[in-house]
Amino acid sequence: MKSGSNLEKVIASGNPAVTAELGPPMSADGHEVVKKAQLLKGFCDAANITDCQTAVVRISSIAAAAIAFQNGLEPVMQMTCRDRNRIAIQADLLGAAALGLKNCLCLAGDHQKFSAAGRLKGHPGAKNVYDVDTCQLVGILRKMRDEGKQEGGDPLEVSPRFFIGASWTPMGDPIDFRPVNLMKKVNAGSDFIQTQGIYDMDLFKSQMEKACNLGLHERTAVLAGIIVPKSAMMLKYMDSSVAGVSVPRSLIDRMNKAKEAAGDDKKKAREFQEQEGIRIAVELIQQALEIPGIKGVHIQAIEWESAIEGIVKAAGLYPRPTFPES
Amino acid sequence: MIMGSQKPIDEIWGMVKDFNKVLVFGCNTCVAICHAGGEKEAETIASLIRMRARQEGNNMVVNHMGVIRHCEPEYFEPVMEDVKKYDLILSTACGVGVNFLSDRTGTVPVYPGINTSFYGSVESSGFFKELCAGCGNCIVHLTGGLCPIARCAKTLMNGPCGGTNKGKCEVSNDIDCVWYLIVERMKMLGTLEKLSEIQPPRNWATSRDGGPRRISLEHLREFEDKEALKTRAAGGEK
Repeated sequence: MKSGSNLEKVIASGNPAVTAELGPPMSADGHEVVKKAQLLKGFCDAANITDCQTAVVRISSIAAAAIAFQNGLEPVMQMTCRDRNRIAIQADLLGAAALGLKNCLCLAGDHQKFSAAGRLKGHPGAKNVYDVDTCQLVGILRKMRDEGKQEGGDPLEVSPRFFIGASWTPMGDPIDFRPVNLMKKVNAGSDFIQTQGIYDMDLFKSQMEKACNLGLHERTAVLAGIIVPKSAMMLKYMDSSVAGVSVPRSLIDRMNKAKEAAGDDKKKAREFQEQEGIRIAVELIQQALEIPGIKGVHIQAIEWESAIEGIVKAAGLYPRPTFPES
Repeated sequence: MIMGSQKPIDEIWGMVKDFNKVLVFGCNTCVAICHAGGEKEAETIASLIRMRARQEGNNMVVNHMGVIRHCEPEYFEPVMEDVKKYDLILSTACGVGVNFLSDRTGTVPVYPGINTSFYGSVESSGFFKELCAGCGNCIVHLTGGLCPIARCAKTLMNGPCGGTNKGKCEVSNDIDCVWYLIVERMKMLGTLEKLSEIQPPRNWATSRDGGPRRISLEHLREFEDKEALKTRAAGGEK
């Protein structure tokens, strides 16, 4: 075992892995993390704790991950390259490992301009760091773990032993480069990969085929990203505006139908769409798990953690495997 | 070349309003080409300040002047005595010029009349674009001649992030994703396989992170020293 994390054990056992996502709050309210952790506990093998996603200031990934961990939910801490240089990154990794965290997902991070959206003022004028990029960050984690060295070469008496993850946008532009992109992240040392949300399973399948032809599925565990749709509007937005996401017309039509079935009743329209969204998510999970090379799913129910239980159960992925304490 | 853009007149007025004798000092090289701070623009800025001064009932003296370059002493030394007669020099050179003058004008302050923007190209008339970040360690032979340090919002070194959308950057629909361009260009050049190699963490010490940078051409300095000695030996200098 590289890290001995629960997620690593599930993947090693050959069971399809399930990860979910927990977004920390925009305030110092640790109870919010506990509440969300309780919703997810038992229904996933580990949950990503986002690192100021969309560049919005929230409880830090490490702190929220530690809270989740104390409350019985295995976290995947996230580490973006946006906010820290290699000194801060490594210091935080050492601290996270000392707190008992065992999974880390490496990300470039959303640009700070995303922080000003809707009613949020955010910090679009912040200075970003990007001392290292995702590939380099993965390499730093691997070097710390496997060589017992800091990036600069100084020895680590006790190495942080992370199960190392990276994200992959399989259908992003330029699409024919994306398998190479994945290869670089795997070569750098990614033990697992979580993909951008996928709706177009046919296109994803063809990208996975290319990844398999490069032998990557044998060197890393690719977890297909599933973003649970909440409304027709959300699907349309994701299709038109979210990078690397295309939503087949048929899915948007299904959601539209669910909405229309409620007539003028807005509350019902919301409920019907949510129910349809959960059905779609379950179908996507099942389709993704059929794709050769896929080792699990990463289910994101954004600000809707309560949906995970039902989805995981309906997808036949409950109960989650458990392992005796080693 | 170095690109600049004009500052709003309100900001300029805020800087100059408390001085009695102001020189708007233009630089006729880079910043003249991008219509920000050449002698012509210095003249315009000077008249805008005069107009504003009149409106505010302020009878300050505002003149303008221009030299070929602010970043080499030989160009402004001939006018240095005149320049020092003012209470304030509003330099419309790039930041290099402002600094260079400040190091040499004694008690006369030098304020920036423009914003120094970037190292860029003249894409077309009136349109300038950043293409180099001056990071001190050029690697564009690895990226099809296109720079991910200057042109990627995240200075990524190993390929595009997940934010590339229809060839555009996640920061804005009107910014090309340089990694998209790099991949397309390297495909065209038949060198795409170079991108499979992982680029390790960079040494940013060659960029501004190593403190102010200097280049010293020892052979040239030695030559100059020798020439000076020869001149002195021949009695050419007292």
